Amino acid sequence: MSTPASAEDQFYREYIIDHYKNPRNYGRLDHPDITHEENNPLCGDVVGMDFQVRDGVIEDIRFHGRGCAISQASASLMTERLKGMSLDDAKKIDKEDVLGELGIEISPARIKCALLSLKVLKVGAYGLADADEE
Amino acid sequence: MSTLTYDVAAVRKDFPIFETGIAYLDSANTSQRPRQVTGAMLDYFERYNSNIHRAAYKIAEEATERYEGTREKVRAFINAASTKEIVYVRGTTEAINLVAYAWGRKNVKAGDLIVLTLLDHHSNIVPWQILAAEKGARIEYVDIDEKGELRQDQFAELLERGPKLVAFNLVSNALGTINPGREMIAAARKAGATVLLDGAQSTPHQPVDVRALGCDFYAFSGHKMLGPTGAGILYGRRELLEAMDPFMGGGDMIRTVSVEGTTYHDLPWKFEAGTQAIAEVIGLGAAVDYLNGLGMDAVRAHELDITEYAYEALSDVDGLTLYGPPPSRRAGVISFAVDGIHPHDLATIADRDQVCLRAGHHCAMPLMTRLGVAATARASFYVYTQKDEVDRLVSSIKDAQRIFA
Repeated sequence: MSTPASAEDQFYREYIIDHYKNPRNYGRLDHPDITHEENNPLCGDVVGMDFQVRDGVIEDIRFHGRGCAISQASASLMTERLKGMSLDDAKKIDKEDVLGELGIEISPARIKCALLSLKVLKVGAYGLADADEE
Repeated sequence: MSTLTYDVAAVRKDFPIFETGIAYLDSANTSQRPRQVTGAMLDYFERYNSNIHRAAYKIAEEATERYEGTREKVRAFINAASTKEIVYVRGTTEAINLVAYAWGRKNVKAGDLIVLTLLDHHSNIVPWQILAAEKGARIEYVDIDEKGELRQDQFAELLERGPKLVAFNLVSNALGTINPGREMIAAARKAGATVLLDGAQSTPHQPVDVRALGCDFYAFSGHKMLGPTGAGILYGRRELLEAMDPFMGGGDMIRTVSVEGTTYHDLPWKFEAGTQAIAEVIGLGAAVDYLNGLGMDAVRAHELDITEYAYEALSDVDGLTLYGPPPSRRAGVISFAVDGIHPHDLATIADRDQVCLRAGHHCAMPLMTRLGVAATARASFYVYTQKDEVDRLVSSIKDAQRIFA
C-alpha cells in the first residue's frame, strides 16, 4: 500500500469524518415498516436501519449503530441516498455504488466495514436471508 | 546479558523484513523470523529434503536427525523430563484440541466442572465448550479485577468445588497480564484438578520451566517465538500421555496394523499421525537456538524495558485509555483505546505510516465483553522491538487525533 504524504489523506476525507461525527438520519422510527440490523463480529461494528415505506417509496429512514468511521459514515451516506427512493431503485444499489460514494480507497481488511450498511439494506429491504456483501 | 548490553540493532540485522521500513508492533499475533530460521528451513529444502522415520538413505537420515533434534532442544528449553513428553502439533490450538479430545473424552464426565478464566484466548475456551456440551460438563470462568488480573479469591472458591480440569494462560494475549502460574497450578493440583497451561504468550517471552510450574499439560506455538507457522508443541506429563488414546489415526503413529486392529507407537509418536511438518519443526529448532543465544532472561529484560517505555509514552497521550496491569506485572503487550477513534480506524491510519498495529477482539470476546468494549488497539513487542517503533506509534496516534479532531 502506498503512503500518502499528507495527514489529510484519502483514507479519511473530511466528509467521512463529518458523517461519522455528525451522522445524518440517526436514530429510530416509531413505527417502521421494515427494520433490520446486521453486525460484523470481527470488529464489533453494528448497523441497523428502520424504513417507512409508502407506495413502494422509502418515505423516511433512520439508522443506528456503533463502530468505526467507515461503517458509520457509509450508513449515514446510505440513508441520505435512500430517502425518497423507490424500493425498486434501492434494490439496484450495489457494492460499486457504495464504494464509489465513499470515494476512498478501501483496503481488503476494511471492505466489510464499508459494505455493512449495504448488507442491512439487502437483507432488510430485499428479504434475502443469504445476501452476501461480497 | 543485561539490558545495558542488549544490542537490539544487532538483533534487527538478523531480520530482513525490517529493511522494508515497517514498525512491527504485532508480535503477540505472530513474530518475525530471523535468517537463521528461514535459512535452516531452506537448507532442508535444498540439501536434504526427504521424509523422516523411513530412512534407507543418507539425506533421510539427516532429515530424521534434525527433525528429532528439535525435540531435545524444546525439552531443554522448557525443562521437561523427557523428549517422550514433547509432542509436535501445528500450534497451541491443535495442542489444546488434542488434550480436549484424547484426555477430555476419556476423563471428563457429566456434571464435572471445568475452570477457565476470562483472560483466556478462544483456543482455550472453545475446545472445552465443545467437550462440555458433549459430556454434560459445566464450565466456570475466573473473573478479573479492575487491573485486569485474575481474581484469586474467586479462583480459590471454584477450587473448593473440586474441578476436573483447570485451564488458563500463563500470559494474557489481550492484556499482557502475567498470571501467578506456579501458585495457581499448585492450588489446582492440590484440589485434585488436572491443569493445562496455555503457554502461547509466555514461552516466547520469558524463561519457562514446566517442572517448576508443575502443570500437567503445556501448549505453545512456534510462530510466536521466531519459528514458522505450522509447528507447535504439546508438553504432557508422561503418565498422562501414556494413558491417553491417540488423537488422529494414520501412518507413523502405529507399531503394527492388521485387518483385525492396530497397536500404537510409543510416545511421542503415538500422537503424530501422517507426514509431519518437517521443515517447520527444523525451523522451530533453529528458533530455539536463536532464543538461547540471546538468553531468555535478557529477552524478558529487553521487553520489560520497551514495555515500560511504551506504557509511559502512551500514558502521556491525551484521551488514551490503557487496559491491564502495570508494566512490571505484564508481558510486552499493551491494549488501549483512544477517545472518539475506533481501533480499526486507528490501525488503518497507523498502517499508512507503516506501523503494524492490531485492532479487534484479539480472540478474547468474553474478555472484551467484560471490559465493555467491542475491540481494542494492541501493540506488542519482542526481541527486535526498538523504542523508535514506539515513537512512531505515538506519532500515528496523534495523526489520527488530528484527523478526527
